[in-house]
Amino acid sequence: MDNPLNYVFPNDLHVHWSMMIVLYPYITGIVAGAFIVSSLYHVFDVKSLKPISRFSLLFALAFLTCATLPLLLHLGRPERNINIMLTPNPSSAMAGFGYIYNLYGILLTLEILFIYRPTLVQLRQQSKGLMEKVYMLLTFNSDNLSQEAIEMDNKIISFLAAIGIPMACVLHGYVGFIFGGVKANPTWATPLMPVIFLLSACVSGIAGIILIYALIKKFKGEQVDIDCMRTCVNYLGGFFIIDFVFEMLEVFSHAYLSTWYHHSVEGLLWGPLYNSFWVAQVGIFSVIPLLMLGWLCFTKVKDSIYRVAAPILGLMLLLQVLFMRWNVVIGGQLMSKSHRGYVTFHPEWFDKEGIIAVLVIMVLPLIVLFILSKIFPFWMEEETGAVR
Amino acid sequence: MDGEKFKTDKERRAFIKNVLSGSIAGSLLLVIPMGADLVLGDSPKPEIDLPEQIPGIRGSEWDMKAHQFAFIVDITRCIGCGSCCVADKREYKVPDGFYRTWVERYLKDYEGNVYVDSPNGGVDGYQNPRDDLDVKIRDTFFVPKLCNMCEYPSCVQVCPVGATFRSPDGFILVDSERCVGCAYCIQACPYSVRFLHPETRTAEKCTWCYHRVRKGLLPACVHVCPTHARKFGDLNDKESEVAQILNGPGVLTVLKKDMGNHPSLYYKGLRREVV
Repeated sequence: MDNPLNYVFPNDLHVHWSMMIVLYPYITGIVAGAFIVSSLYHVFDVKSLKPISRFSLLFALAFLTCATLPLLLHLGRPERNINIMLTPNPSSAMAGFGYIYNLYGILLTLEILFIYRPTLVQLRQQSKGLMEKVYMLLTFNSDNLSQEAIEMDNKIISFLAAIGIPMACVLHGYVGFIFGGVKANPTWATPLMPVIFLLSACVSGIAGIILIYALIKKFKGEQVDIDCMRTCVNYLGGFFIIDFVFEMLEVFSHAYLSTWYHHSVEGLLWGPLYNSFWVAQVGIFSVIPLLMLGWLCFTKVKDSIYRVAAPILGLMLLLQVLFMRWNVVIGGQLMSKSHRGYVTFHPEWFDKEGIIAVLVIMVLPLIVLFILSKIFPFWMEEETGAVR
Repeated sequence: MDGEKFKTDKERRAFIKNVLSGSIAGSLLLVIPMGADLVLGDSPKPEIDLPEQIPGIRGSEWDMKAHQFAFIVDITRCIGCGSCCVADKREYKVPDGFYRTWVERYLKDYEGNVYVDSPNGGVDGYQNPRDDLDVKIRDTFFVPKLCNMCEYPSCVQVCPVGATFRSPDGFILVDSERCVGCAYCIQACPYSVRFLHPETRTAEKCTWCYHRVRKGLLPACVHVCPTHARKFGDLNDKESEVAQILNGPGVLTVLKKDMGNHPSLYYKGLRREVV
């Protein structure tokens, strides 16, 4: 701010979209990515992903239940949130949120209930009291496990998983468009934004599943399914390479075209965002994971090493995506629309959009996941006789 | 002699009496209706006794399609006194640190560097030179900023709940009863004229004093501008000053033309340094 050439429009001093709006695409991205993992098994028949095909759906659901929290904490008038569904403005990218979110929630819940139906019917027979009532509700009081019924279930599951893929893409692609559609902000206004968001969503979802899968297994003293883990890492590698290429393409293209857009963004990337973009997002959390991916995917790594390296890779890529969200959301606002100066962002600890709130919101899905694990067994080996 | 002196004294006394009573009566005439106007509200009297400032508005029902308003800021006239900002702040009780309108000060040195500032949005007026610059200043000018009232407003496009809208008479307004305070409009506005009101927690912006215009009064900032740098009027009234300037040969420009928003706020004498 000491630079006398620095000038920020008086209304730009405040960063309106702060950490909650970093978390919102981060969480929906994890949801969309986790769903893709499950669809790889249920739609594309990638058999080695079977061990986590159910877990990934519940993982997605756990995060989906918390996806609106950051938005509600961010809104100036959260009590009016229903307006977004009552009087949606068709020209607003944001207006679709309520509908897409709810439809996706319904779809995900239905898919989980159908996939788990044989298991739930069995569990209902084995349980008593409250849990029996819970399972009765979740199976809609149907215990028909005949061959025809199961076949019908499988058709419904494949259908839901198939329409779930475009819906997951819409859910997250449109989040990217919320930013990509803001022409007033040069760092946001790019048609690549929905693509980058979608690819990074896949990266964060798969990375999250690898990490949490490994942690749960470690905690329970069991072994992860190494084939499954290797397949996950291979997919993670594929998605991350495309994601990273697009992220860099965005910067490179603007730099090469050198329009006024670039002259504005250049100062931002090499100034206030230098550490969080070049050092963290690109350097530590992209280049190192790329090298690790090359090592894990293309060389014969011992299983014992793989079991440690894969979750570390997952954690690094989760952080890469978090930094990417931060650099887009907060970074984009650090540049005033005066194109003459930058603002600084100071996160608060105890604000409703502060650091404590961020930590609570990131822990909540894990608590929800724990509760879900008490109702839906995550792993195939914990049950008997289930087909899918 | 005595008789004549008495007559003269008498005339003088009568004259002073007349002047005094005339002045008092005149002052009362000026004062009473003004006070009465402010408290009118539901009274059956005609609502406003203030002289009409925008011709052709009073006397008939408001026709949403009949007017096309434009705002012109003449940079060559602005002296940076901040009166417009004061008027605006008083009119809307704008909280400190937020701005419906502001005035920027541009300074250029001999190297071609441009130094811009707008402390407190210029509400205190630019009474002193900048003390943080150690360069010789070649040129200086002031640029008032306010809502551009775009024909294709980004804020209206992105508002998820339709709380921000463009009225048929061309004003971009915010329904604070419906706004959810998501701040998407603030992100979308290329001119940064919007803010989230700290008390209502809803979006706010300059309205070109819609409530005044509907009553035939000029926006508060235009009304108080001592140098007539801010001009406002109806383009459909060919006699209006704004219509004559816009139809005349002078060079007018809008801010951030490439955004494609088609503002109704024009600048006369705008310099290329201004964003």
